[in-house]
Amino acid sequence: MAHANPTGWKRWLFSTNHKDIGVMYIWFAFFAGMIGFAMSGLIRMELMEPGIQIIPGVFGMDDAQARHMFNVLTTGHGLIMVFFMVMPALIGGFGNYFVPLMIGAPDMAFPRMNNISFWLMPPAFILLLLSTFVEGPSGMDGFGGGWTAYAPLSTSGHPGPSMDLAIFSLHVAGASSIMGAINYITTIFNMRAPGMTIHKMPLFAWSILITAFLLVLSLPVLAGAITMLLTDRNFGTTFFDPAGGGDPILFQHLFWFFGHPEVYIMILPAFGIISHIVSTFSKKPIFGYLGMAYAMTAIGFIGFVVWAHHMYTVGLDVDTKAYFTAATMVIAVPTGVKIFSWIATMWGGSIRYTVPMMYAIAFILLFTMGGVTGVVLSNPGADVALHDTYYVVAHFHYVLSLGAVFGIFAGLYYWIGKMTGKEYPNFLAKLQFWITFIGVNMIFFPQHFLGLQGMPRRYVDYPEQFAYWNWVSSWGYLVTLVGVILFIAVMGITLSRKKTLGDNQWGEGANTLEWTLSSPPPFHQFNELPQIK
Amino acid sequence: MTAAAKKNNRLATIVVSVVLGMVGLAYASVPLYDLFCKVTGYGGTTQRTAMFDAQAIDRDMRVRFAANVHRDMPWDFKPQQGTQQLKVGEQGLAYFEAHNPTNQTIVGTATYNVAPHKAGLYFAKVECFCFTEQVLKPGETVVMPVVYFIDPLIEEDRNLNEVTEVTLSYTFFVMDDEDVNTVTGR
Repeated sequence: MAHANPTGWKRWLFSTNHKDIGVMYIWFAFFAGMIGFAMSGLIRMELMEPGIQIIPGVFGMDDAQARHMFNVLTTGHGLIMVFFMVMPALIGGFGNYFVPLMIGAPDMAFPRMNNISFWLMPPAFILLLLSTFVEGPSGMDGFGGGWTAYAPLSTSGHPGPSMDLAIFSLHVAGASSIMGAINYITTIFNMRAPGMTIHKMPLFAWSILITAFLLVLSLPVLAGAITMLLTDRNFGTTFFDPAGGGDPILFQHLFWFFGHPEVYIMILPAFGIISHIVSTFSKKPIFGYLGMAYAMTAIGFIGFVVWAHHMYTVGLDVDTKAYFTAATMVIAVPTGVKIFSWIATMWGGSIRYTVPMMYAIAFILLFTMGGVTGVVLSNPGADVALHDTYYVVAHFHYVLSLGAVFGIFAGLYYWIGKMTGKEYPNFLAKLQFWITFIGVNMIFFPQHFLGLQGMPRRYVDYPEQFAYWNWVSSWGYLVTLVGVILFIAVMGITLSRKKTLGDNQWGEGANTLEWTLSSPPPFHQFNELPQIK
Repeated sequence: MTAAAKKNNRLATIVVSVVLGMVGLAYASVPLYDLFCKVTGYGGTTQRTAMFDAQAIDRDMRVRFAANVHRDMPWDFKPQQGTQQLKVGEQGLAYFEAHNPTNQTIVGTATYNVAPHKAGLYFAKVECFCFTEQVLKPGETVVMPVVYFIDPLIEEDRNLNEVTEVTLSYTFFVMDDEDVNTVTGR
C-alpha cells in the first residue's frame, strides 16, 4: 500500500490525516476552552459581590487598572470561546474527523492544506494571549474593547501594540478557517462515495457544508474590516475616523456583516450533530430530512441580511429597523422547522436516554429558550432598552454556551467511543451532565433578570440592587466548575480504559457510514469506496 | 495530475476567488457606504446643492444649531444665533464663529449632520464652511456662513409629518500634522 503510516512527533506535526488533525483540533479546543473558562471564572468571581475585590489581588494592580483588566478578560473570554474553542471543536475537530467518514471519502480533498489550517491555530492563539501582556490603552496592558472591537475604542482608544497583536491573531485564525472551509467545500462536493447524492448526505455533512459557505462569505469581510482598523491605527488611513471623512459606524456594519453569520457558523455544526444523536437514540430516521437540510440553508442565507439588528441604537431610521426586525424574526421559521423536526423525530420513537441524548434534549430545550429571547431582542423597541445589558449576555450564552457547547459535549459523548474504541463511564458522565446542566442554567438564567433590571455589560462593578442575582450567577459558575472537573475526569477515565467497543456502539439507529468502520477507524479508510444505494 | 485532483483544484480556485471577491467587497463598502449616506440622508447626512432653487411653502420649521469640537481640538466654536424660524423652501443663512486661542496655526475640518436623522434627506446646504478645510492662525477668529434650505419635498414624506424642528450640528476635528503642513505651506 502506498500510504505512509508516520509515527512519533512526525505523525502529528506533519499530519495530513483528517482523523489525526481532527483529534488535534479537539485537544486544541479543549486547552483554549480551559483558558477561556478560567477567564470567565475570574469575571464571575469578581462579579460575585459589588465592589472591586478579586482582580486587583489576582493581578496585583490598582482599581483603575482592574477596571481595564476586567474588560480585557471579557474580551479575551469572548474571542477565545468563539475563535479558539467552539470553531476548532465543531468545525475543525468533528468536521475533520467525521465529514470524510460520513460521505465515504478516504480523506479531505487537500490534506496538506488541512495541516496548515490546524497549525495556524496555535500561533494565532499565542498572538491573542500575548496581546494581553503588552500595552493597550496608555499605561495599561491588553485590549479591553470587547470581541466586537468597535472603533474608535479599538483605534485611538488603544494606542498600544496590544490591539495590533489581537488583529494579527484574528487574521491568522481567519486564514486558517478560510482554508478549512475551502477544504470542506471541495471535499463535500467532489469526494462523496458513489451513489451518495447531495440529498442522501448525512445532516452533519450538510451543516459543515453550509458553515463552510458562511465562512467563505463572511470571514473575508472581517479580515477587511480589521485590516482597515490596522491601517487606521498605524498608517494614517481614516476609514473609521470622522476627522478624515470616515465613519466609525461603518466598522459596526462590516463587523456585524461578519458577526451575524459567525453566530450561525458556531451553531449549525451543532445542529448537525444533534440531528444525528436524536435520530440514533430514537431509532428513527430524522423527521423531514430535506426540510432539515434546507432549513439550515435558509438560516445561512437569511443570516447575511439581518446584521443591523445588533446596531439598533446607532440611529437607524424607523423603516430600516422595521426591515431588520422582520428579517430577524423570519429566521425563527427555519429554526422552528428544525426544533419541531427534532421533536417529531423523537415522537413515537424508541428513546434511549444515553448521555449524548440527554445533552441533545438539553440542547433543544436551552437553544429554544435562547431563541425566544432572541425574538424578544429583535424588536427595536425592546432592544433599545435591553441593548448592552445582561439580558443580551443571557441570550447569547443560552444559544452559544448552552447551545453550541452542549452540542460539543453531545458530539463528544456520541463519538468518543468511535474515535477511541473506549467506552465512557456512564454513571459519571450522567452526573457530569446534570451538574453542568444545573450549573450553566444557574449562571445564565438569573442574568435575564439582571438585564431586565438594567444591569449593563462590561463593567467590573455594579450597584447594590444587582447583588442578589449576581451572587446566584457566580455560585452557578462554581457548580459548573465541578461539572468541568468531572468532565476532565470522565474523559481521563475513558482514555485510560482498554479498547472494547465494536464497530457500532449504539446499535440500530446509528446508520451513518462512520459506524460501518472499526472503533477507532483504521488510519486510512475506504480504500474500496462504499456504494450507497 | 489526476482528473479528480484537477476537479478539486478547479473548485478550490473558484472558492478562493469568492474569498478575494468578499475582501474586495469589504473595501468597496467604504465608498459605497459614503454614497449610500449621501443619497439616502442616512445618519442625518445633509444634502448639498449648487444653487438655491426652491419655492417656499406654508410650513414652519425651526432650526437649531449645535457646535462641538473633538476633545483634541482647542478651538472655541459656537453658533452666532440661537434658533431660526423659517418656512420650508425658504433660504436660511446662519453664522458660526470659531476662535483659535492657541499660538499655533491649526487646520480643522468639520463633520456635520442633522437631527432627527430622517430629516437629513431634506436639509440642503448651498454653501457651507464644512465643505472645505478651515485654517486658523494663532489667536484668529473667523465667522463662517451656512446657506441652507429645507427641501419642500419634505411635505410628501409622511414619516416627517411631525417634524417641526431640526438641529444642524457640526463637530470640528484637528487635521493631522502632515495635512497642516500641506495646507499652510510650512
